[in-house]
Amino acid sequence: MRAKVFVTPRKGILDPQGRAVEGALKSLGFGAVGDVRVGRFVTLEIDAPSRAEAESAVRQICERLLANPNIEDFSFEVDPG
Amino acid sequence: MKWGVVSFPGSLDDRDALWALRDVLGQDAALLWHKDEALGGAECVVLPGGFSYGDYLRCGAIARFSPIMKSVASFAADGGLVLGICNGFQILCEAHLLPGALTRNRSLAFVCDFVNLRVENAATPFTRAAHRGEMLRLPIKHGEGCYVAPEDELRQLEERGQILLRYVDERGEAADAANPNGSMRSIAGVANDRFNVFGLMPHPEHAVEAMLGGVAGRKIFESIAGAAR
Repeated sequence: MRAKVFVTPRKGILDPQGRAVEGALKSLGFGAVGDVRVGRFVTLEIDAPSRAEAESAVRQICERLLANPNIEDFSFEVDPG
Repeated sequence: MKWGVVSFPGSLDDRDALWALRDVLGQDAALLWHKDEALGGAECVVLPGGFSYGDYLRCGAIARFSPIMKSVASFAADGGLVLGICNGFQILCEAHLLPGALTRNRSLAFVCDFVNLRVENAATPFTRAAHRGEMLRLPIKHGEGCYVAPEDELRQLEERGQILLRYVDERGEAADAANPNGSMRSIAGVANDRFNVFGLMPHPEHAVEAMLGGVAGRKIFESIAGAAR
């Protein structure tokens, strides 16, 4: 199964990258843009007997390594495909 | 005193730390390999600066799972002294041996400079050769040294005296302009609540010889050597 993991800076944590990108977008004329956050996108293949088990494994992977709970939030999708 | 300096793949300052400890300060220091689990009888373990594992994922996130880090964690749990400098500080935060996290500098730029630091708590094994309010001038060189922690955690750090060093200006004030990376409350170095694990972004190992810009870094190593005696 294929998992897609999204890691983003936690709300309230200063995201200087997001702020710099937002400034650049505004100077390009995209004035409607706001609250840009720059995070990380990870895809991985996972071998599991069921979707629920794959999800539980991916959650552990996120908690243990892919995201730092002090500063980041994560979400993921598992595609049984 | 016996010191162990850990080399991770991508560590840069392990040899400088070894030089400072052994050749300059006359300590009994040796390098430890990240894949080993033995700490070689070290009474203080130093996690040096650098870019362990290329800073992939997050600074320190992968190094914290190196075999030696299990030994470092149990050594710390038994009260052993652990010093993390720069990347070593990041690794200690990732390993939850220290609270908080280090994120991208506010400026997004890598900073390489001398900074003024104020000793906030001198009653610890890492700062006892200094006195409270003493100013130390140490070099920094990092891109991700912005210390962050939840507000209630910061309050606890203050109350318990776990903030050992702050970035200050020449008058000793923790002014925003003197904060090189945007760290919350101008924090440059924190200890755990048992005061046997300490992490700091500045580099004491690069400040032990007058010829290289100052000797303020000796205070940290001399504190530790005195504490273990």
